Amino acid sequence: MRNDNSALLRATDLVKTYVLGDNIVNALNGVSIAIHEGEMVAIRGPSGSGKSTLMNILGCLDRPTSGTYVLAGDDVSRMGDNALAEARNRKIGFVFQTFNLLPRMNALENAELPLLYGGASNAKKKSREALTRVGLGERVHHLPNQLSGGQRQRVAIARAIVTNPAIILADEPTGALDTRTGEEILDLFKKLNAEGSTIIIVTHDLKVAEHCQREIYLRDGKIVPSEMRRLAPTEPMAQATVEKGA
Amino acid sequence: MLLWTTIRSALKSLWANKLRSILAMLGIIIGVGAVIAMIAMGAGAQQQVVSQIEAMGTNLLLVQPQYKRDAGVTSGTMQKLTLDDALAIAKLPGVAAVAPVVNKSTQVKYENKNNPESIQGTAPTYLEIRNFEIAKGRMFTEEEADGLSRVAVLGPVAVDNLFQGVEPLGKQIKIQGINFTVIGVTKAKGGEGWFNPDDQVFVPYTTAMKILFGLDSLREIDILAKEGVDLGQLSGQPPSIGGGGPRDRNAGPMVATEAPPPPDSVTALLRKRHRIQADQSDDFRIQNQNDIIEKRSAFIWTFRVLLFSIASISLLVGGIGIMNIMLVSVTERTREIGTRKAIGAKGRDILMQFLVESMVMSGLGGALGAAAGVGMAKLIPLVPIFSSFTTIVQPVIVTISIVFAACVGIFFGLYPAYRASKLDPIDALRYE
Repeated sequence: MRNDNSALLRATDLVKTYVLGDNIVNALNGVSIAIHEGEMVAIRGPSGSGKSTLMNILGCLDRPTSGTYVLAGDDVSRMGDNALAEARNRKIGFVFQTFNLLPRMNALENAELPLLYGGASNAKKKSREALTRVGLGERVHHLPNQLSGGQRQRVAIARAIVTNPAIILADEPTGALDTRTGEEILDLFKKLNAEGSTIIIVTHDLKVAEHCQREIYLRDGKIVPSEMRRLAPTEPMAQATVEKGA
Repeated sequence: MLLWTTIRSALKSLWANKLRSILAMLGIIIGVGAVIAMIAMGAGAQQQVVSQIEAMGTNLLLVQPQYKRDAGVTSGTMQKLTLDDALAIAKLPGVAAVAPVVNKSTQVKYENKNNPESIQGTAPTYLEIRNFEIAKGRMFTEEEADGLSRVAVLGPVAVDNLFQGVEPLGKQIKIQGINFTVIGVTKAKGGEGWFNPDDQVFVPYTTAMKILFGLDSLREIDILAKEGVDLGQLSGQPPSIGGGGPRDRNAGPMVATEAPPPPDSVTALLRKRHRIQADQSDDFRIQNQNDIIEKRSAFIWTFRVLLFSIASISLLVGGIGIMNIMLVSVTERTREIGTRKAIGAKGRDILMQFLVESMVMSGLGGALGAAAGVGMAKLIPLVPIFSSFTTIVQPVIVTISIVFAACVGIFFGLYPAYRASKLDPIDALRYE
């Protein structure tokens, strides 16, 4: 394993407790992870394993009951709502299973939205560039319902990368797509990863996880060690690394 | 987030639910439309009142005889107002001019045309007191009045009725079979409701009393007060009871009736001349023009309060309609709110988005309502039964209405927008 001091994302001993009536549920029970810049990591586990809770905390949508979470140099585990919203805006790009595009906005406007909330300049130009990167440069004026599922997910990915975030956090990104389109989306993630993006994919699907360089497997709110780990990059990854180095 | 982007996306989402948006706006549309139309009618009515009062003349007191009442019993005889009364009043310090008046409606004939006219037997001062002007010819003189001259001055409507385009000056008309020479025509003053001041024939009061009607008393004495003289002081009458105006009510009617009238007042003078005892009531009544103005102002004031209540109620109802639809919209778009929050929208961004949306909806409703109201105000006078109404659309009222409607949208959009802004992003993203 690497030396964790250089980690882009470091969560230490995360605990998340919910009170459901009289029961106290420990959704996360001491989870520590470190993810480095340029990694593509899967978080996998059966339902009820705590992977959604972990994703919400890693995505700055939620705060842990205890433990610390440092993202790109900032401790976000004790931030207020507005600071968390800013952290989500600048450091995280979300990709959802059901795309979550705004139906009345075209591709360009959808991809542009995070920049508008962040007050960035040149929003239209950056949005167009992001759409070009995901291979939708020709369809910027289409509304979501004029696009196929795969194309919609590409718009959502463009929206995630438009702010140049520290991490891209994808929640079951292929879950609503057929197998072939799912493969295309995963190839797109790998391309973005090769271009330098750090990507976390939350999934229950082993086939999806196999596309990642390593996997964090959760069960009952804890990481199950050495369940399965692929530190060796897959074939296209190696190529991309060579290109990057050159 | 840029305001313009927010407004545009608000318009888009309203457009996406056209029927629903229109229905939600309907309350505001109807409310604003009704208010603008009614205020236009109110302003028209007020202008009519103002011009009527101006037509009547200003600083005016009218003295008329009435039955004397002794301890609540109306006695059989009516004390007469005489020329001497009028002459005595003219000598009071606060009086600028006095005109004795006898009047009666009777047939007036020119050649073969016959028309009923209101005959006013009066003095030359009447013109000044009642704000008439001569359009052509002249008014009769005091000398003509003293000499029982058979001369007449006609109102323009009376001229139209009798002469129908023929030059009236110098022509002979017959009043009750007696020939009069037309020597003048007054300028048009415009209608005064059911009474048209332009449809009259003025003759010297002496001629009217002695030759036409055989009267020895007056029907009315018109008094013009000097500039700056208090009409109430001059008349010496207690303030009218039950006027309903926003006047000082501390001076109760009992106190006022028990106090003796001021010495130089018309009341004191006439009571002395008519030998009325202190415990007897007046045998005349004095109409104070200020009372008339106050009564009409009070009416207009009531009318405005009524308009304001209607406006408040309709805008309240409209606002509730908008609040209802905004709550539905927030619930429907829970996932959208979650998505927006996930990509970095803060609570206040979401709050703004929904506030702008309800403001745009109510502002648009206000604008549509204003257009409808202005249209109605223009159409009302064209409807035959409302043809006597005039309406005045004031641009400032229209602007205020639209702005106020938008404010109603902000007020009633506040709660739904607040709810939207407080949604937890995780719950909102999971919402089905």
